[in-house]
Amino acid sequence: MQLIAQKPPPPAGVLLAKLHSINAAHGYLPESELRTASDELGVPLSQLYSAASFYASFSFQPRGRHTIQVCLGTACYIRGGDRLLEKLESLLGVEPGNTTEDQAFTLETAYCFGSCSMAPVIRIDGEPYGRLRADQLPRILKSYRHEEAGDKEGEA
Amino acid sequence: MKVRTHTDLDKLRAEGLSSLYPSRTRIAVGMATCGLATGASSVYEALRDEAEAQGLNLDLVATGCLGYCQQEPLVDVRLPGKGRIVYARVTPRRARKLIAALISGELPMDGALAIIPDEDESPSRTGAEDPPLLHELPFYARQRKVILRNSGLIDPLSLEEYVAQGGYQGLARALLEMSPQAVVDEVVASGLRGRGGGGFPTGCKWQICRDVERMPKYIICNGDEGDPGAYMDRTVLESDPYSVIEGMVIGGYAIGAQEGYLYVRDEYPLAIERVTEAVTRASKAGLLGDDILGSGFGFSLQIVRGAGAFVCGEETALIASIEGGLGEPRPKPPYPASSGLWGQPTVINNVKTWGSVSAILARGADWYAGIGVEGNTGTVVFSLVGKIANTGLVEVPLGVSLQEMIEGIGGGGLDGKAVKGVQTGGPSGGCLPARLFHLPIDYETLTEAGSIMGSGGMVVMDEETCMVDVARYFLTFTMDESCGKCTPCREGTRAMHEILTRIIEGKGTATDLDQLAEIAAWVKTSSLCGLGQTAPNPVLTTLRYFHDEYEAHVLEGRCPAGVCRALIELRILPDLCTGCGLCLRECPTGAITGEKKEPHVIDLQLCSRCRLCYDVCPVDAIEIVR
Repeated sequence: MQLIAQKPPPPAGVLLAKLHSINAAHGYLPESELRTASDELGVPLSQLYSAASFYASFSFQPRGRHTIQVCLGTACYIRGGDRLLEKLESLLGVEPGNTTEDQAFTLETAYCFGSCSMAPVIRIDGEPYGRLRADQLPRILKSYRHEEAGDKEGEA
Repeated sequence: MKVRTHTDLDKLRAEGLSSLYPSRTRIAVGMATCGLATGASSVYEALRDEAEAQGLNLDLVATGCLGYCQQEPLVDVRLPGKGRIVYARVTPRRARKLIAALISGELPMDGALAIIPDEDESPSRTGAEDPPLLHELPFYARQRKVILRNSGLIDPLSLEEYVAQGGYQGLARALLEMSPQAVVDEVVASGLRGRGGGGFPTGCKWQICRDVERMPKYIICNGDEGDPGAYMDRTVLESDPYSVIEGMVIGGYAIGAQEGYLYVRDEYPLAIERVTEAVTRASKAGLLGDDILGSGFGFSLQIVRGAGAFVCGEETALIASIEGGLGEPRPKPPYPASSGLWGQPTVINNVKTWGSVSAILARGADWYAGIGVEGNTGTVVFSLVGKIANTGLVEVPLGVSLQEMIEGIGGGGLDGKAVKGVQTGGPSGGCLPARLFHLPIDYETLTEAGSIMGSGGMVVMDEETCMVDVARYFLTFTMDESCGKCTPCREGTRAMHEILTRIIEGKGTATDLDQLAEIAAWVKTSSLCGLGQTAPNPVLTTLRYFHDEYEAHVLEGRCPAGVCRALIELRILPDLCTGCGLCLRECPTGAITGEKKEPHVIDLQLCSRCRLCYDVCPVDAIEIVR
């Protein structure tokens, strides 16, 4: 008991860094990885889960091959970010937080990438697209689909 | 090379100068996030490939943000003997043409935005057709760059270029010529106040922390810039990371801390990447670590990556997040200065505050105190965005008016539309109407008007922005981001959101407005942390300054801005419609029908009122019926 009470907390920033590295490696936080991390860090699983579910950056669901984030920060919102989202929802047939059936795209919303001067902005796999109009979206999605098709040909 | 002495710094400075002003052509591409969002990397690649193909010998550099985001991608070309020109909105095609012109020894005028007067060459203005000088453009003329002094001018990761611009002079002065108390006194004398938005006197905070005798102490940089519509901190971290790092070391020396944490928002991957690399390079050069500049003082710095929680911008929540727990705030006092990270004395300041500190120590408190106005000295950085002609990152002396900011620097409304108001301070701030634009920008004035200075977001709204919708937007944000620890914020934001939703759906009543004001007042007075206490500000200020819009919604069932979907209809004007089919293609609900070259029609049963058709129509044939 004494030992447990005296056990020092992990050094600053370590818990978040661990969650980030698991999330980056898998695209989400698989339960098995969280259990391993809990043992490694000496932090109860409940505490890891509590932190992981508190922050928006972590997901408990597997993602699609590409993640589309639509910025709904103030500048993007008043310059039509919500309408880009609506268009994407109709193009992809999914609502925010979900992944298309073919596992190609996960659609998400975000509050501000800090690219407000380029509003409205979306990010695909971290790549920003600024000053967007809804009519440009089909072409952009197509380029990702083509890239995938190209990859497959390359493999074959 | 380890930098140990003034002579070592001088050597770095010489290297930096020769890389900033080389004897061959230097091309700098603005590659902060805003540049990248508009294609700066393909411009960079086009320049590199074309120069290689044509055999042009040059220095190609990726710099940070010059601030004029509206004109991105920006390319800064210096041709020795010929001058230096900034080109705007460069495309890969134009980049290749630029290389061709440079090969013939000329700086082309095509696409030139402005001339930058060079250090060692006078501006090469020859005729009336030359572009204006950069600092004379209306966008820059009223600006004064302190925090953004190097942004867009240097390679953000080049320690040499940073030193060449006067970097590390402040730290050298502090460590080698001043006592820690003298450094605190200098910051007090400068009048610097916290640039995260609170405006607490920085030197005063340092003094409180310095006077606590418990060790160890910590320094934290708050780079968790969560306000939507704001990107000042991102730009500073991406464009000039050493200015922040240097400031933190100075702070550590002043209060007696040997460890620092730089907390950066997860949504800013490029900032994290650059700051991490800058810390590595500064450590290698001995400007972090033991015995900095041979002074015997040591300081180490660790980067902590946030994870997407707005509340972590609140200092006690940020500290909890670094400690590894939930990013939830706790009641103050005790303030972090006496009990912060791990319960130890901690100074936590914003990115821009640290960037100011390094400048103050280099140039002196008197110089800094001479900028701005009494009680509000120095400069402040704003991200000027929204419905404004010139979007960008702007740094002005405190005390300039909102008018100068919006009309002078910003060039007025987007597409010539009338500006209705401006929102400062993000979800904690408020919306001020155009009739108050004569007000000076300082901490007290903005607070009295019901808004706050905040960390620097300035979102401009025009006649097509519905202020009720904006208020609801912010409440959606604060409701989502409320950490849930205290009831007034958790439940109050939800209740306000419900009422606002009712109003924009056309179901609001006059009593809703009274109730909204009442709940807002409660949340303001009884929430645990600053975020909850300020969450009602968007509601309170819109109720105060744009009451007529609320009344139009609840009394007349009308949205004057033509935004709220339940209160508008869309119609195609048959006389104007050319039948081009663009709206038909874009309509997400398939509500538009019509033959080619014949006027189209909107089926109001299917129409979701998203206004995409209104956005894309090339002949303005779509009417919003309010």
